This record gives sequence, C-alpha cells and structure tokens, in this order.
Amino acid sequence: MEIKYLLYILLTGIFVNNYVLQKFLGICPFLGVSKKLNQAVGMGVAVTFVMMCATAVTWPIQTFVLEPYGLGYLQTIAFILVIAALVQFVEIVLKRFIPALHKSLGVYLPLITTNCAVLGVAINNITDGFNFVESMFSSLGVGLGFLLAMILFAGVRSRIENCPAPKAVQGLPVTLIAAAIVSLAFFGFSGVIENLLGI
Amino acid sequence: MTSNKKLWIFLKGLIAENPVLVLVLGTCPTLAQTGSVIAALSMGIAATAVLVCSNVVISALRKIIPDTVRIPCYIVVIAGFVTVVQLLMQAYLPDLYDMMGVYLALIVVNCIILGRAEMFARKNNIIDSALDGLGMGVGFLIALLAMAVIREVLGAGTFAGIEIPFMADYKIPILTMAPGGFLVFGILIAVVNKIGPKKGEEKRKNFSCEGCPSATLCGKVSCAENTELVVNVKEEEVEDNGN
Repeated sequence: MEIKYLLYILLTGIFVNNYVLQKFLGICPFLGVSKKLNQAVGMGVAVTFVMMCATAVTWPIQTFVLEPYGLGYLQTIAFILVIAALVQFVEIVLKRFIPALHKSLGVYLPLITTNCAVLGVAINNITDGFNFVESMFSSLGVGLGFLLAMILFAGVRSRIENCPAPKAVQGLPVTLIAAAIVSLAFFGFSGVIENLLGI
Repeated sequence: MTSNKKLWIFLKGLIAENPVLVLVLGTCPTLAQTGSVIAALSMGIAATAVLVCSNVVISALRKIIPDTVRIPCYIVVIAGFVTVVQLLMQAYLPDLYDMMGVYLALIVVNCIILGRAEMFARKNNIIDSALDGLGMGVGFLIALLAMAVIREVLGAGTFAGIEIPFMADYKIPILTMAPGGFLVFGILIAVVNKIGPKKGEEKRKNFSCEGCPSATLCGKVSCAENTELVVNVKEEEVEDNGN
C-alpha cells in the first residue's frame, strides 16, 4: 500500500498535476528555454535536481525548526532564502567537484533561484501534509513532469519555427497557443492514474 | 524634475510599459489567477501593495545595500512584505486567502517585483520609486482584469460571480481551465503586437529568459543566442537611468 501510494504521488506529479501545464508554475523557463531540445533537457534536469535538494532541506526546517518554535509565519522568508543559498551552494560544489556536470547544468542554476515551481513545490509539500519520503517523491514527480513538459514542448516549438504565421502572432503568441493545446492534451491523464493503481 | 515627469513615471506602467502585456513579466500569476475576476482583483491588489512597499524600502536602502549581494537583499525585503500581506489576508479575508493558496506566497518570486527593484528602485529616489511601483502594480492589475473578464464572462457566463443572463447559456468552460489561460494570454499578446506600443516588440517575438531579473545573475549565458536582446535590455536600463 505504501509503495502504491508513493507511486501514485510520483505519477500524479508527472502527469495529472503537471506544474507547468496545469498549475502555471515555472512558466518563464518553460517558454524561455524550450527553443532547443538540449537546452530544454538541461533546464529540466537542473530543476528536478534543485527541487529534490530544496525539499530535502526545507521539509526538515519546517518540521524541526519553524513548527516547534511557533515560527510558521516565517515560512515564506525562510524557504526562499534557503533555496537561494542552496542554489549557490550547489553551484559551487558542482564547480569544484564535478566540473563536467557543472558545465552542462551550471548556466541554468542561478535562473532557478526565482523559479516559482521550486518554491511552490516546497510549500505545497508542507500544505499537503506529506511526510519526508512522500515529499521527496512528490518533488521528483513534479520535477520529472517539468522535464517531460519541456521535452514535449521543445518538439512542438521546432515544428512551429518552420510554419508561416501571421506577423502579429509570430513569437510569443503562437508559442502560448501551442502551449494551450499541449496543456489540453494533458487533460487526458486525469483519472488514469487512479484507475491504473486502483486507488 | 517637473510634475509632468512624475506623472509619466506613474502612467507609463499602465499602458506604454505595461509589465504583463508589453514587457511580458510575471506570466505565472497572470495565467494562474485569472480564472475569475475576484481572484485577479485580489492578486493584483496584493502584488501592488508588495510592489509599492518593496520599491520604497529598496530605494531608501539603495546606498547601503552592497552591489554584489543586492539580489538576496531584495528577496528578503520582498519576502518580508509578502509575509505581511499574507498575515493580513489570513486575518481579515480568510476566504480569499484560501482561494489564492500557494500563489499568494509566490508573489515573492514574481518577476515584476524583483525586476522593478533591479531596473528602477535601486537607481531612483523614494517618491519616484513609489510612483513607479504604483504604476506598474496598477498596470499588472489592469492586465489581470482584462484576462479575467474575458475568461470568466466567456468561460463561465458570470462576472465576479454574478450570472450574466445571455452569456450563461453559451459558455465555453475550457476558458476557465488551464488551456484557456494560455490561449487567452496568447491572443491578448497578439492583439498588443498588432495595435500596441512598439516597445518590447522584439521581446514578445523572441521570448526568452531575458525578462527574468535573475538573468543578470546567470550572465545571460543560457539565452546567449539572442544577443541583440541583451543590448535592448541594456538600452532600456539606460533610459530608466535618464528618468
């Protein structure tokens, strides 16, 4: 049952509650860095990585520091500062110890500090009352969902580039309208996960 | 500094440099909070309050904050005001607080607020910064309301929860859901492209992470393919300096 539930959280994060396409979190990188497939993958992996790290740090802070001392109202300030510091820290560590990974992910890391999906998933894990393991699975699911949306959308955009569009619609408008159709496609997943796992 | 110039600082945020429709900042709340007019109104007012307060404080501290750590400092100031707004809404408007959910806390990472701190408040005096914050905030509110009115009237056949007799029979529910947000926003930007100001046109065409204020941190490497955009943004900063 426990494993089934974790799987449910993971798959829901990827398909049903897709942060980009259903909850509108992390739209800036979704529209900004999805032009080329390799950039889209890099950004998606970096976001997934930072989300997992952020949850691994913010969940204990909320549970063991903020709540016992009645400081719940500091949640927003504490979380954003922790995430900003964490992103810097991760960048320094990667640069020092895994230069190859830093080369491919490094450029995306500073952009992620103000990515609302990362803060959003950290806060949502608390509001949904997940325990630590569930929170980690939820972050992984949301991150993979972001990656999936980025990859799919990079494909859609490469097709759009080759299509003649009216001048006023070129660029951002046609991209947004394409995003609407991709988002519509994700509606098809609602209910599928529950039936699949029999929850 | 004449009063005309002060008026312009306020007015430019409304139409000519509308943060959402012209500069394309703060897309996340624009899409997420425009399913209904009430949500858009409360989001706009909350963001305006935070924007004005943070602009004033950041402008007052502009000579004290060291340049190298300015972004974290701005984030602390903004997060402080967001917490104030959160607590006030929780106490006096609990229904709205529940409706806005996580998006209220996410005002912290709204590009418009950090962007105005970075582009305007750190180079201008307190009164100008307050006016700029107010103008940009009201511009944000106008854009949100425009989106919300289209989505709610056509999608649900209601206006601020009140049913409209004829529209209610021919509603298009998809517009109040996620795909409708993308669709209406795309069409609005296209309309602005057609009839709107030339400023930011290049940006609406090659949307990239340029608009994101943290792009100054990443050295714009991840979006280096749009080098001419970097130049555009720099010119904009110079203009703001001139004001």
